[in-house]
Amino acid sequence: MNSPAGKAKAPDTSLEDIEVELFVRALKLRHGYDFSQYAPASLKRRVLQLAHAQDTGNVSELTTRLLHEPGFLSVALEGLSVPVSEMFRDPDVFLALREQVFPVLASYPQINIWQAGCAHGQEVYSLAILLEEAGLYERTQIYATDFNEAALQQAREGIYPAREAQLWSRNYLAAGGRHTLADYYSARYEFIKLDQRLNRHVIFANHNLVTDEVFCEAHLVLCRNVLIYFSDPLQDRTLALFRDSLVRGGFLCLGTRESLDFAPSASDFAPVDAARRIYRLGSRSAGRD
Amino acid sequence: MAAPQAIVIGCSAGGLTALEQLLAGLDPALPQAIAVCCHTGSANVDLMCELLAKYATLPVEEARERAPMRGGVIHVAPSGYHLLVETSRRFALSVDQRVSFARPSIDVLFESAAEAWREALVGVVLTGANSDGARGLLKVRQGGGVAIVQDPADAESPTMPTVALELAGADHCLPLADIAPLLNRLCLP
Repeated sequence: MNSPAGKAKAPDTSLEDIEVELFVRALKLRHGYDFSQYAPASLKRRVLQLAHAQDTGNVSELTTRLLHEPGFLSVALEGLSVPVSEMFRDPDVFLALREQVFPVLASYPQINIWQAGCAHGQEVYSLAILLEEAGLYERTQIYATDFNEAALQQAREGIYPAREAQLWSRNYLAAGGRHTLADYYSARYEFIKLDQRLNRHVIFANHNLVTDEVFCEAHLVLCRNVLIYFSDPLQDRTLALFRDSLVRGGFLCLGTRESLDFAPSASDFAPVDAARRIYRLGSRSAGRD
Repeated sequence: MAAPQAIVIGCSAGGLTALEQLLAGLDPALPQAIAVCCHTGSANVDLMCELLAKYATLPVEEARERAPMRGGVIHVAPSGYHLLVETSRRFALSVDQRVSFARPSIDVLFESAAEAWREALVGVVLTGANSDGARGLLKVRQGGGVAIVQDPADAESPTMPTVALELAGADHCLPLADIAPLLNRLCLP
């Protein structure tokens, strides 16, 4: 049976692509933020989503606002950069960090951890809680970086919708948490605020993986579900940046569906727990040339 | 009409059973690249691939970011991520907000695949209890691709096919049992 609705007329999708490209170009020329090496399909979705959320008829209107409206940059960056996250997302990964990585970190007198692309900070607090419970937090320094200032500010405050607490509590327990997550936050109306003592060894800093360089020597780099947004060359640049930031034998933890198959820089990393995307620098796996 | 080079399939409630039947009926000689987005059952994508492989006549594997969408292979979207196809016809993932309350979202897969494959794409919407997939199917048709929708009367959950028909229409609307034979006819040279 054929439906009565005939073939719809093909829209000029190439016009949409032109508009997205001009928007990305304007962002770089006007504000210095370069998204040209982001994976195109999801970037395009985000730009269109931003246009929709801003109630503009088309992407060109976004470009105009970006060029002429001083406050619009932060709105645009927020729309383009922040993925949704949760505390202890993929609890088994945090369990693996606790069981396989922390015992090695414990051998260092001072532990430096870089969380790249920390967004709203859910994973920073997750990490701080785990370190606290492992008795390692007092000698740890966490560098939590993102290029989006609004997100960093939210991460500093550690205020999240209370409706998330139930899932996050389950995640926390599945990650091997020793108490209840509620021990670490106070609930008020529709929000929870994480104990700000968890922040005491965190430096939130603006760092852009596209353009910025090495700034610390890390024993562990956590960067989960950021590289999926990068095209191959930018992914490779970023992995090289992680490699150059890590001490020999340092750890790298990526998102559980991220792939290093197309990154030459990845040859420096050997899997510790491949399924959970935990790698180690410079400890070449047996049998490798 | 150009021969199709790729097939995208979307389903939700009741989708696993429907997929088992559909994939079992495909001709093992099909050269098309196939991608599947199912809201249910993908929580453990390894298990889902294993299950579908028991029925499928073609190899089933998880869709991996950056890997090419290969002909003669059924790629399954992992849960918790949106699956996209780049114009290079390689897969990409994202953890952006849910679309139609779903991640992976059928719309996201279909819309990006429509840009990648244009008129060489076949989109199939099966049983499901929400409206995901309708906008994606519209985009498939607008790109010149072929739209197939399971007859709502035949679907375990009629909502998804119904909404798809209302918004996008279809080139073919038929019971599940007839979809694999139709794909074989459309897709074999």
